[in-house]
Amino acid sequence: MAPEEILKILQEQFPEDVTEVVTEGHHPLAVVKPQRWHDVALFLRDDERLRFEWLRCISGVDHLEEKQLTAVYDLHAMQRPDTADGIWTVRNEIAIRVNTDRDNPHIPSVADVWAAANWHEREAYDLLGILFDGHPNLTRILCCEDWEGHPLRKDYEQPLEFHGIPAVTEYAQSRPQH
Amino acid sequence: MSWIENRFEDNVIITSLDWAINWARESSIWPMTFGIACCAIEMMATGAARWDLDRFGAGAFRATPRQADLMIVAGTVTYKMADRIRRLYNQMPEPKWVIAMGACTIGGGPYFKHGYHVVKGVDLVVPVDVYIPGCPPRPESLIEGILRLRDMIRHQTVARPPETPQPAAASA
Repeated sequence: MAPEEILKILQEQFPEDVTEVVTEGHHPLAVVKPQRWHDVALFLRDDERLRFEWLRCISGVDHLEEKQLTAVYDLHAMQRPDTADGIWTVRNEIAIRVNTDRDNPHIPSVADVWAAANWHEREAYDLLGILFDGHPNLTRILCCEDWEGHPLRKDYEQPLEFHGIPAVTEYAQSRPQH
Repeated sequence: MSWIENRFEDNVIITSLDWAINWARESSIWPMTFGIACCAIEMMATGAARWDLDRFGAGAFRATPRQADLMIVAGTVTYKMADRIRRLYNQMPEPKWVIAMGACTIGGGPYFKHGYHVVKGVDLVVPVDVYIPGCPPRPESLIEGILRLRDMIRHQTVARPPETPQPAAASA
């Protein structure tokens, strides 16, 4: 199915919540409001025409100028092979972008829709501070449990020391700001 | 060997004992099975058949710090790992040595400036005896580092260091 058709189905089902679609380029996507994102995710997974059963990746983006944090969900729909020794192929491919306010970043969790979202959302929370409401265990996954701040935010300041280990040298402190 | 260290002057018995102890120590440097990042791949290659670290008695990678003499810190040290490294180092029995292998371990390497969670050198966490530069170092470099470590061990002594002359106490 062409990405235009997928986005059309999505727009017909959720006319209020799909605010923008991008069909040009190699990364066609729909922008979904965070309030209804969980319902949209269930529809994408369970609709007979779509069957997006594989969440491949969640990318977190920090838009400092627009004061927004973004989560980009890459979805694949797999095609079962006809024969027993055939290979699975990608039938449909689409991306969903969910924008949220940078100062109060809340996005509903889809960890119950796709199990793969569990760790990806923890990573996005760890590095960008996006709060995924309804996540079963929203704790840090990469940094230490007592780490302060979210390192991939563009206004992040490196710590001067951590657990008694000097963290930033004089040279690194004089780095240019982003 | 703390029961004998620093108790005797340098003499012919001590130097003979030194020779025997150092020979034993340098000939069986058992490293800890401990690879953090990509340098560990080169460390594994060093231990395997082509470079064969067992030629130097250092190929018996121990699975516990309590049996290890040498910690080859092979890879990027993060702050999360630094606590573990310090604990593992404290669990190793004396005598123990540390090799810092690769650019990340020596001084942060490519993560020096923007690596927010990379320790800028493992010598901020544990004392390091031999530094091996490279990204990653080739197995020959690691073998060279172990040979340098053997040189260090060979020149150790259990004798008491010569006393430095103290200024005479003022007579009352």
